[in-house]
Amino acid sequence: MAEEDVIIQLKHMGKEFRTSGGPVVALDDINLDIYRGEIFGIIGLSGAGKSTLVRCINLLETQNSGEVIFEGEILAVMLEARQRRARQSMGMIFQQFNLLAQRNVLRNICFPMEIAGIPRAQARARAMELLQLVGLEDRAKAYPAQLSGGQKQRVAIARAVATNPKVLLCDEATSALDPNTTKSILELLKQINRDLGITVIVITHEMAVIEAICDRVAIIDHSHIAEVGRVTDIFSEPKSKIGRQLILGDAAEQARFDRSRKIRITFDGRSSVEPIVANTVLATKVPINILYAATRDIGGTAHGQMIIQLPEDEGDAGRALTYLRSAKVPFEEVRDGDF
Amino acid sequence: MVIFSAKIINLILEGIGETLNMVILSAIISYLIGIPLGILLVVTNRDGIRPAPAFEQALGVVINLLRSIPFLILLIMVMPVTRLIVGTTLGWKAVVPPLVFSAAPYIARMVESSLKEVDAGVIEAAKSMGASTFQIIWKVLLPESLPSLLIGAAISTTTILGYSAMAGAVGGGGLGGIAINYGYYRYQTDMMFLTVAVLVLIVQIIQMIGMRLARFCDKRIR
Repeated sequence: MAEEDVIIQLKHMGKEFRTSGGPVVALDDINLDIYRGEIFGIIGLSGAGKSTLVRCINLLETQNSGEVIFEGEILAVMLEARQRRARQSMGMIFQQFNLLAQRNVLRNICFPMEIAGIPRAQARARAMELLQLVGLEDRAKAYPAQLSGGQKQRVAIARAVATNPKVLLCDEATSALDPNTTKSILELLKQINRDLGITVIVITHEMAVIEAICDRVAIIDHSHIAEVGRVTDIFSEPKSKIGRQLILGDAAEQARFDRSRKIRITFDGRSSVEPIVANTVLATKVPINILYAATRDIGGTAHGQMIIQLPEDEGDAGRALTYLRSAKVPFEEVRDGDF
Repeated sequence: MVIFSAKIINLILEGIGETLNMVILSAIISYLIGIPLGILLVVTNRDGIRPAPAFEQALGVVINLLRSIPFLILLIMVMPVTRLIVGTTLGWKAVVPPLVFSAAPYIARMVESSLKEVDAGVIEAAKSMGASTFQIIWKVLLPESLPSLLIGAAISTTTILGYSAMAGAVGGGGLGGIAINYGYYRYQTDMMFLTVAVLVLIVQIIQMIGMRLARFCDKRIR
């Protein structure tokens, strides 16, 4: 994979929507290079503009300013027929699958090939091949209403790659699916990227999706790109505020421990399989800092002590203490240097 | 009883034949006009696939105008046109032009509402595949809304049937003509009840066929 080979380039792209309450800026000065063959993620909170961004790439929306360049050509200035051909080299899958309800699986996959004018017999053969690829060869005659969410998305993927596109755009493709199905769909996307060499662009609000399959990621926040980079780099050191929030969660930003109370928990032989600290955190949602621990498992019971630190926030600290009390865990407050 | 005499039965059968003829012919012609109009309304809508709001609004006004004229008035208003097309203003054939004038705009609205039921996401998917406007209409809008279009057709046809009976009052023939001529002018109440009963039966049958067909083609049902 030559990193310099840019397939899609966004230059100073901006998009405004006219609404009854005045113009709303959806995207502002977006600059992005997407490389051929990579899996590129675009993440942001809902309303950040990521769906609009991907729709500008395949011309479902027209940007107000700037340019979308696909394989070196500016999309906006193409004639309509050429634009349609450009769209045919970009497949798209959606959160709600968007299959044709009145067509069976096979004919759904044939649909883009009909549009592209591929002969019927050839289209059917290709569709059967794709059904095998997505593992649904036995459901060719089924209708979308008879399929599960994951199966529908597999059909949608087969349909999106039927005309051998160069790019696959995925708009929240796993957001309507359960975690296990999400995992299998992400695997399939990875496989399609690897085996068919299709560049994949993934739009999501879930960090786990980016982590699972993306090579690079752009974090988009309030119509702007907050940061772009390799997933491994951004995950280990997010530079933007929104990046830290998405990757580390809210707690990491808020809880402070500088001048907070320290508690000594003594383990006097209660069951060692009872995870006291984890239970406290889960039950009270209060972050706890472990400063020191010396515990030993003697025949299934725990002995020893642990020093934990509670957040500065009195309310949070109080809740954690109340929980420890109600769980009948013996504890005492300690001062600095007292342990 | 009078009702079961051979003459009466023949008269009723003839009435049924005339009514079905004018209803079916009018429905077919009205659909030939109404479907393109309905498609135009949806496609040129502000949120349609080929927005042309000014055109859509103008078309909407014309359709509403035709729909707001009472059928009995329309029947008389279009008589010159009827004479031009059919050659006469009497008999069941003469009822077809006013029925079409009245039903086509109604059907345009029915078709519009059916097509609007098609999920915007599915249309977006077709666009993302590079489908042309014609391909979206022909391969997405019409097939995806077929069950709803069939239910609409049943409703429209029964409405046309009701109007066709009204035309009996001005020499339109058919079951409506029999009900007026025998039941009203000649005070043969039993004749009136009989024709009304037959009309009710025809409405039931048309409605049932429409619903069955819609159910049969709808693949959204497991």
